[in-house]
Amino acid sequence: MIYAPTAVAPTSLDEVYELLSERGGRAKIIAGGTDLMVALNAESLNAKEFIDIWRLNELRGIDDEGETIRIGALTTYTQLIKSPLILSSVPALVEASRTIGAIQIQNRGTIGGNIVNASPAGDSLPVLAAFDAEVEIGSIRGVRRIDFNQFYIGYRQTVMDADEILLAIRMRKLNPNEQSFFFKVGTRRAQAISKIVTAVKIGITGAEINFINIALGSVAPTVIRAKLTESLLTNAPLDTTIIERARRTISQEIAPITDVRSTEHYRRTVAGNALAKILRRLM
Amino acid sequence: MKISFQINGVDREVDAPPMKRLLDVLREDLRLTGTKEGCGEGECGACSVIVNGEVINSCLAPICQMQGVTVLTVEGLSRDGRLDSLQQAFLECGAAQCGICTPGMLISARSLLNTNSHPTRDEIKEAIAGNLCRCTGYIKIIDAIEQAALTSQATPRA
Repeated sequence: MIYAPTAVAPTSLDEVYELLSERGGRAKIIAGGTDLMVALNAESLNAKEFIDIWRLNELRGIDDEGETIRIGALTTYTQLIKSPLILSSVPALVEASRTIGAIQIQNRGTIGGNIVNASPAGDSLPVLAAFDAEVEIGSIRGVRRIDFNQFYIGYRQTVMDADEILLAIRMRKLNPNEQSFFFKVGTRRAQAISKIVTAVKIGITGAEINFINIALGSVAPTVIRAKLTESLLTNAPLDTTIIERARRTISQEIAPITDVRSTEHYRRTVAGNALAKILRRLM
Repeated sequence: MKISFQINGVDREVDAPPMKRLLDVLREDLRLTGTKEGCGEGECGACSVIVNGEVINSCLAPICQMQGVTVLTVEGLSRDGRLDSLQQAFLECGAAQCGICTPGMLISARSLLNTNSHPTRDEIKEAIAGNLCRCTGYIKIIDAIEQAALTSQATPRA
């Protein structure tokens, strides 16, 4: 293999901003490398210059902000799995992180990488979508915040400009009357890329659903929210009739494709079954 | 670029292109060929090594990120001609067939035992979930790791 690419390792965020404003269009940011190195090894990535941010500790860590938590872009899945704060405030994110790759990948893969890699099969992404997360993006021009649910504008496309870097993701903590769920289907539990992945955040009083956020991955060009099914379930009594209707609605609402990992029919069916399974656990 | 790091307890310096894989630096520059390349895309775990106490796939790690780290490869497991308890147990349990996955299995198992000296079988399975073996069916590997945990005093290794 030919190792033509160069790499610079900035030691501060300001240095990253300057590098990106000079060569943002050409240089590729690398963190844990669990996606980029695969592409580089397969020679499907043509980048000549890399900006290595792996040591930029100011982008790493989980902050308790009271109502919300802020997760630095370089935080690894292992750090998420081990965090008591994430377990209590976004439990579905711990579940999702535990299913990503295996320990070798969890030790190097970062949540920021999962977000900017922009794969529709990114396993943490439905959790962020279900929690109405907000992303923090920085550049030499300043810092801006964007709703995660407006971050993707197409297959592997985000709203980020070439001179920008993802800094963090922020989510409201789960309230006592709220719960979160994560469900993933792949060919095996570890390593496999998802055939379908879903995350749910739900608020329930007694047997009535106050609200439900349902996000799915691997069923569309980007992670999506199942808005029709969400409205069907909002303010509805949680019973077997509504669960059956929700199962049918979500199967019809999504528009998955048939690809090497799965068929359209399978994905529609499993999306319905996954939601029904989650809702039944709440009865 | 010049990179210095500690490998199996020895300080080494290499001069390599920044995006060269740690795997290739180990095998080509340092002639430590115990670490194997299987898939080259982070799926199979044959190239597993322990970096700063954490097991990673060396095929996915560019050498430029390794400045100042400590690395443990399969060559660093035995000491003074004495096999690591895991290596001994793999031999006794017949936990290797073709052998390609074995260095990675040993490294993942060592990483597990360093933090959990008495793992359950489920914990062992989770620890080696990122290491594929196409020969053994895993049972003897799990047996071997279980036996090593029982026979060895917990001696954490970097």
